[in-house]
Amino acid sequence: MHELLIGTKKGLFVLQGEGPGTFRVTTRAFAGQVVEFAVRDPRTGRTFASVTSGFYGPRLMWTDDVTAEEWRTAAGPAFPEGKDEAVERIWIVQPGEADGVLYAGVAPAALFVSTDGGESWSLNDALWAQRIEGDWQPGAGGLALHSICPWPGHPDRLAIGVSAAGVWLTEDGGASWRSGFTGLVPEYMPEDAREGTNQLCVHNMHRAPLRPERLFMQFHGSVYRSDDAGITWNDIAAPLPSGFGFPLAIDPADPDSAFVIPLVGAEDRVTPEGTVRVFGTRDAGASWVAGEGLPAHDAWITILRQAFGTSGSGEDLSLWFGATSGEVFGSTGGPWFTVAPRLAPVTSVRAVSA
Amino acid sequence: MPLVALRAPLRELAGGNREIRLDGATVGEVLRELERAWPRTSGWILDERGKVRRHVNVFVNGEAVREDASVRPEDRLQVLPSISGGG
Repeated sequence: MHELLIGTKKGLFVLQGEGPGTFRVTTRAFAGQVVEFAVRDPRTGRTFASVTSGFYGPRLMWTDDVTAEEWRTAAGPAFPEGKDEAVERIWIVQPGEADGVLYAGVAPAALFVSTDGGESWSLNDALWAQRIEGDWQPGAGGLALHSICPWPGHPDRLAIGVSAAGVWLTEDGGASWRSGFTGLVPEYMPEDAREGTNQLCVHNMHRAPLRPERLFMQFHGSVYRSDDAGITWNDIAAPLPSGFGFPLAIDPADPDSAFVIPLVGAEDRVTPEGTVRVFGTRDAGASWVAGEGLPAHDAWITILRQAFGTSGSGEDLSLWFGATSGEVFGSTGGPWFTVAPRLAPVTSVRAVSA
Repeated sequence: MPLVALRAPLRELAGGNREIRLDGATVGEVLRELERAWPRTSGWILDERGKVRRHVNVFVNGEAVREDASVRPEDRLQVLPSISGGG
């Protein structure tokens, strides 16, 4: 049985199914509100939902039973007094390595930490100081901290991605941070303005858990791989029809794997040639192969940065993504199939680990 | 005269020219001259107040500037969409 948490512009949908033609909505929560992101912490079974009301702003909700419709509001993430900032959107909640630790990334870009299983949150001041000092600038989706990559077995090591302020790395639990900008090429800037800029529009980033010094990144205009823990980056998009896209996924069992969904480009953020294709690499980006079964014509859809998730690994890897058209697609190792044809515009897709 | 470099889709609106030499002592004046020379570019970079649109970036010799910045005859202007735009 597969269970999917689908965040949409019109609430959270929980779907369950075995394979093609079997998925049904088992729960809908937060009707009429935007669910930016939803995830279940596999350690505790606790489900989190980032909910943004058009009237009342963002809140992080959690429950230990999605079927019970009893959600509680977390204490934060929220900026402490004196920062003169307000959280606009909660982009991601990421379980950490240490017991009870979770991370949240928000807009305007900031990292929050919970040590009590997600019930309360505090700001990481050291990264906030980098933001102020560096005068970080927003991308189209705002100034968003959207990617958080723990290092398996090392709770003090994190890599984070920010739109549009690049990659930031810590090895001391967030007490200090360094940038990981080398090799990233912001083609949206003039050549003579690129050197030294921090206006680096990371779209999504994931770590290969079995080779944790390796990370893959979907950037604003290309796809990159780092083999030195995020310090330097190499372009691996050449074989793809387009380097532009938003989400990226990996097979946790294969450190040479990554999956992307190319879009035409920054000024036309739809699938190229009306064809939906998910490209996967199993050789760290040297070659990419498109899966089969997705719409091959008249399909001009957009897939957002959190709307691509995985479950299982290796031979049991399944891939899931949703589009702003409201369609959700899945692949459980074979051809892609439609999971749900007509949900609301999809903002996030995460599968629940069995 | 300052040189103005354009990317798609502005390039197509300016007769397919990648680079155009245009008169003007400020960024705003140069971009107004662009509109006079190539009327289809009108309203794309400057709004009706004469200000550079929020999601357009103008660089002079690699430095981000706005409409009131001075330009010299030997300067090179680049007009690029901002990463904060699109959708």
